[in-house]
Amino acid sequence: MAIDPGLKSELQKHGIFTIPFEELYNWSRKSSIWPLQFGLACCAIEMIASAASRYDLARFGAEVFRATPRQADLMIVAGTVTKKMAPQVVRLWNQMPEPKYCIAMGACAISGGPFKDGYNVLKGIDRYIPVDVHIPGCPPRPEALIHAIMTLQRKIAGTDLEEGRRPRWYDRQATTDFPIPAFGAHDLEPPANREIWSPPKDYRDVTIETVLKKG
Amino acid sequence: MMEAVEKIKEQVLAAVPGASVEIIPSTPAAAQPALLVDRDHVFAVAKFLKEDDRLQMDFCSCVTAVDYLAGNYIEVVYHLYSVARRHGPLVLKVRAPREPADCRVPSLTPLWRGCEFQEREAYDLFGVTFTGHPDLRRILMWDEFTDFPMRKDYEPPRDYEWEPTPHDTTLERAREVGGVVPPTALEEAKKP
Repeated sequence: MAIDPGLKSELQKHGIFTIPFEELYNWSRKSSIWPLQFGLACCAIEMIASAASRYDLARFGAEVFRATPRQADLMIVAGTVTKKMAPQVVRLWNQMPEPKYCIAMGACAISGGPFKDGYNVLKGIDRYIPVDVHIPGCPPRPEALIHAIMTLQRKIAGTDLEEGRRPRWYDRQATTDFPIPAFGAHDLEPPANREIWSPPKDYRDVTIETVLKKG
Repeated sequence: MMEAVEKIKEQVLAAVPGASVEIIPSTPAAAQPALLVDRDHVFAVAKFLKEDDRLQMDFCSCVTAVDYLAGNYIEVVYHLYSVARRHGPLVLKVRAPREPADCRVPSLTPLWRGCEFQEREAYDLFGVTFTGHPDLRRILMWDEFTDFPMRKDYEPPRDYEWEPTPHDTTLERAREVGGVVPPTALEEAKKP
């Protein structure tokens, strides 16, 4: 239920602060994102720089890097995910309690980057876990990571807690487990979780007219 | 200053009777001719190179393999240096057939401990079995993996997805899977 902004500001003048429960929930959640302390490659160096004094991620309430997935809200996939490492990343993701968010940081984590054509690198972590924010860059600067955190905060602030529209993890029966890929003879099995991911499409020939027609 | 490789060859032949040693010239500017030794005698030759007083090749800096698809053999290359004598490199080569069952060369890890991981890498990526290696298993790929990715006839998983500007082998793969292929110059010219 929305509050009349005029009434809200009038009440505030008298020292009464009114806020919908949902807003309070989202505000507290977004103001204290605890990332998981783990890095995979050179992007991790930029992530460390973001958390250190010069860029100071603490200003955004996301400075408490936890060394255990059990206490983390956010997984920053910082670096190249090799196929040998992918099952461990998914396992860490499964061990994080809900609500949890994922930022894919850098060209490798979002698409495989320069190693895309290789036999040993995953072509993006979104093949196995749902990603909330993608950051391009090789590596992205700390400002880009901070921007991604702010983007994630906007996303969290917009979470709808109404019955029926609330996120999946409000359902007690909902599973938080994502299938962990197995090491196969030639590749990971399965090569992607098709329930959450589908191959990219080419949109170059799509014109605005066709989009408008379909819409 | 290390002796000329021809001199070393003579010493090797004198020290290891029956060994077949061939000098392979190298074309680059910093010419480093290599000694090609047969599989049965390479361990004895390496032992001689390490223990000979004038050579004292006490450090093996690099082990790698090269796949010669046309010649149907895989060549294992060792780069040897002497820290004591301050000379090197001496390039030692040994060849083995490409068939995985027969692709075996003796391990030089008992002589140079530093070979251990590099021989495992050559085993992992080229499928060269080093007999006498203390712990021969895959080092980079997972244990369940059965291919040898650095071999020239290796076929990567057919997981081509999308590339904004495919070219060369990527373009071939894009055509194979019916992916997005940029128009040819002719098609481009025909466009209204």
